[in-house]
This record gives sequence, C-alpha cells and structure tokens, in this order.
Amino acid sequence: MYNEKVMDHFQNPRNVGEMDNPSGVGEVGNMRCGDIMKIYIKVENDIIQDIKFLTFGCGAAIASSSALTEMVKGKTLEEALQITNKDVANELGGLPEPKLHCSNLAADALHKAILDFQTNK
Amino acid sequence: MKKIYMDYSATTPMREEVLEAMLPYLRERYGNPSSLHLFGRETRKALDEAREKVAAGLGVTPEEIIFTSGGTEANNLAIMGVARGISSGKNHIITSAVEHHAALDTVKFLGERGYKITILPVDEYGIVSPQQVKDAITDQTILVSIMTANNEVGSILPFEEIGRICREKGVYYHTDAVQAIGHIPFNLHEQPVDLLSLSAHKFYGPKGVGALYIRRKTRVKQILFGGGQERKLRPGTENLSAIVGLGRAMELAVAHIPEKIEKLSRLRDRLIQGLLQIEDVRLNGHPEKRLPGNVNVSIFFVEGESLLLDLDLKGIAVSSGSACTSGSLDPSHVLLAMGLDPQIAQGSLRFSLGAENTIEEIDYTLEAVQETVQKLRAMSPFIRNIC
Repeated sequence: MYNEKVMDHFQNPRNVGEMDNPSGVGEVGNMRCGDIMKIYIKVENDIIQDIKFLTFGCGAAIASSSALTEMVKGKTLEEALQITNKDVANELGGLPEPKLHCSNLAADALHKAILDFQTNK
Repeated sequence: MKKIYMDYSATTPMREEVLEAMLPYLRERYGNPSSLHLFGRETRKALDEAREKVAAGLGVTPEEIIFTSGGTEANNLAIMGVARGISSGKNHIITSAVEHHAALDTVKFLGERGYKITILPVDEYGIVSPQQVKDAITDQTILVSIMTANNEVGSILPFEEIGRICREKGVYYHTDAVQAIGHIPFNLHEQPVDLLSLSAHKFYGPKGVGALYIRRKTRVKQILFGGGQERKLRPGTENLSAIVGLGRAMELAVAHIPEKIEKLSRLRDRLIQGLLQIEDVRLNGHPEKRLPGNVNVSIFFVEGESLLLDLDLKGIAVSSGSACTSGSLDPSHVLLAMGLDPQIAQGSLRFSLGAENTIEEIDYTLEAVQETVQKLRAMSPFIRNIC
C-alpha cells in the first residue's frame, strides 16, 4: 500500500522527539480519524535551525511528519511557509488516496508552529 | 524473515483435504447439477452430499441448508428474506450495535425502507443480555438478529438464551455464526435458532461460499431472482467445487472441537498474559466468554495502523480496529459501542490464532510487540502528557 520511500520514513523516522525551549510549537489533527501531529521548531535569524516531531497516527502520518522535517531544516520561515501538504506527499513519491486528507497534515502543523513563534516573538 | 499468521478471523488457509475434495469439480466433473444427464447427476450427487455434511455438522436436516456465496449473502438473505416473507404487516426488527456490517447495515437498510428497527446497545464486553432482547420485543417484532460470537473482540453472546426468549415470544431468531463454527459445538436440533449464517473460509474452507440454515417452516422469501436452485431461495448455478469444499471443511471443523478449543485457548491465554504485562494495555472483549483464538487489546498512546505496519515488517500478520484500517473515518464500531474512548479504540490490535500457531510464535510475537510499542510510543505526543 505504501511505497518504499514512505516505508523508509516510517521505519527510520528522522528528527523524532521533543525539543527543549522550542521557538514555536504547532499541533494539528483530531482523534476521530486518529492522527495527531506536533511539530517543534528552533528559529534563529528567521531560519529553521532545528525541527522535531511527535506523531500519533498511521504510517502515512509518521512518514509525512518525518519527510517534512527533512524538507524544512535550514529553510527560511518564508520558504517554510510556502511548503504545502501536497509538497510533502510529492516528496514522499505519493500517498494512498484516502491518506491524502486525514494523515497528510505535517505542513499544517509546521505553519502553526511558525505562527506560534511569530505571535510570541 | 519469519512469517507468522495471526489473522485467522479474517480468513484461514484452506486445508489440503478440502482442496483434494474440490479438485475433481474443477476438472472432470463439470456438469450442471440441474441437468438430467449423467454429467449433471454426478454433480447433483456431490451437491446433495455436501448439503448432508453441512447439515450433520449443525445437527439439522439437509433440506434446511441453503448454499450462498458466503457469510455476507447469508446474513442479507436471512434478514431481508424474513422481512419479505412476513405477510402479517408486522415490521419490527431487533439487532445489536456490534454486529458485522453484513447484518447491521442490512437492518439499517430496512430501517430506511420503513421498517422499525432497534439496535441494542452492548455492555463493556460487547455483550447483549437476554433481558435487553426481552424488553425490546414488541407485538410488532418479526425478527431478532444477534450474532453468536463477535468477530473483532471475540466475545461469545448468550445466543441460546436469546433464542429461547424469541421462541417464547414467537419471533424468529437469526444468528450470525460466521466466527463461531468450529469453535462452538452446535446442535441446532436442540438450540432455539431459526436461521444461522456461516462462511467456509473462516474454518479452513474455500472463499466465496457459505450457507444459511433455515429451520423448517420459517417463512423466508428469496432476495435474488432466477432459476429454481436452492429451493428457489438462492437462484443461480451452484458454485459446486466451493460447495463441496464447504462440506468437507465442515466435517473437519466439527471434529475434535474440545481438543481444538483447549489448544487454542492455551495459546490465547499466553498471548493475553504477555501483552497485559506491557504497560498501559487493556484487553477488549470478555475475559472468559470469548472465542478460543481471539485476542484483542488496546495499546494506549499509539495508533493501530502503525502498530500493524511495524509488526508486518517483523513478519507478523494481525489486524486493527483503527479508523485507518477500518476503511472508514471512524475507528471500529464495535469498540465504540463498548464505550471505548476513540483514542483507545484507535490503538486496538486483533490477533486471531489458528491451527498452525505455536508457543514459539506467541513468544516471538510478544517480543516483537514490545519492541514495536516502545518504538512508536517514543514518537507519541500523548505519553508525555501522562508521565
């Protein structure tokens, strides 16, 4: 059901964990469909220096969280805000159709984390 | 890599003896059982014999067995067929919240078509009490459809007591026994059941074939239209090789049930005990009144599909009641009906054991689950809120 790249991210997720003193935190998802994602970012000079995630969810949710963290590390906030959920799915080489809506939310969580940083700056 | 199958409630491997019995009917014995010539007479005989075997396995007469394409069709025929057979104008049907969708959705469909329906809630173990059924029956009730044993959590329902109440009240009783055949001894000659659904591939027979037992004098009308096969209740040329396979599988399924129950229960209990040693794991379904091969647990703070996927990478095949794997947006309707919090329902896993599982496999699985849970919990945003 999942392609090799998705399975690789699922098996060896990048940047898992909590972050001490993050610059911003974003959480999305709902229990009904069973995916919750939490993204932590560390921002210096408007650049995402570090990013971590915690995810409760299916294979697609974990893989998309992991892929997103790789995509945005070192990017400017402006660049990071351009990244969409669809970009994450494309980066993974595609996700099964039903997963595109409920499990592919990592970019939303990132945008919330950036907003959190900008509001509390 | 190891390959461990623990999804026998989804389907079972076909037994060699069953395949052997079927092969002639996929090769040289191809006659249509409705044909009067030699070719047809040959297969008619095989059809009759298969019917006798299924009837013998249930303790009933062959005339009371209707072959179908499986459990789903048997449930549809039972419920819609009874509804169509009623001429009194009564129109109330009772079922439970934990039925398989093949029964539950059929009842709901009739509800949309003007029938009055009652979907009984269940207790924390997924069980409906006979008293609930008694209280729900009205003078308009035509049918009670409540399963023998639940496919997800394995709880065995008090189907005999429910049947007795239905009999006293003069209401037909249908039970979906798809998960129960081969695990519970049936003698429908004595048990108060009017209709019973079964499916061959759940007891080491072929897929695509099942049967509906219809007690003599139960008024049922066909839901498919065509020829006169199966007493006109199920028209269509018979899937003969599959029916022969069902007959053979039934013979094997009802033999040595106590020994099979003992072996499976021992494996099941070892698996349950091991799983419950992992922190924050709960057993779903009744602790004692459960199918001998069923283990259903909720593993807190993690989601079922990712558990399933990670176990699959370790060669272990199980299933989950999470929304992602149920094919809908919601987690298992059975677990929700039992009152589980959606988050806990999302983290459910079902291990269904069968003839080929061993103690070594149970122990390997326990180690694997521990590893998987540890890995996924390290990623979970929830567990930290608790610590």
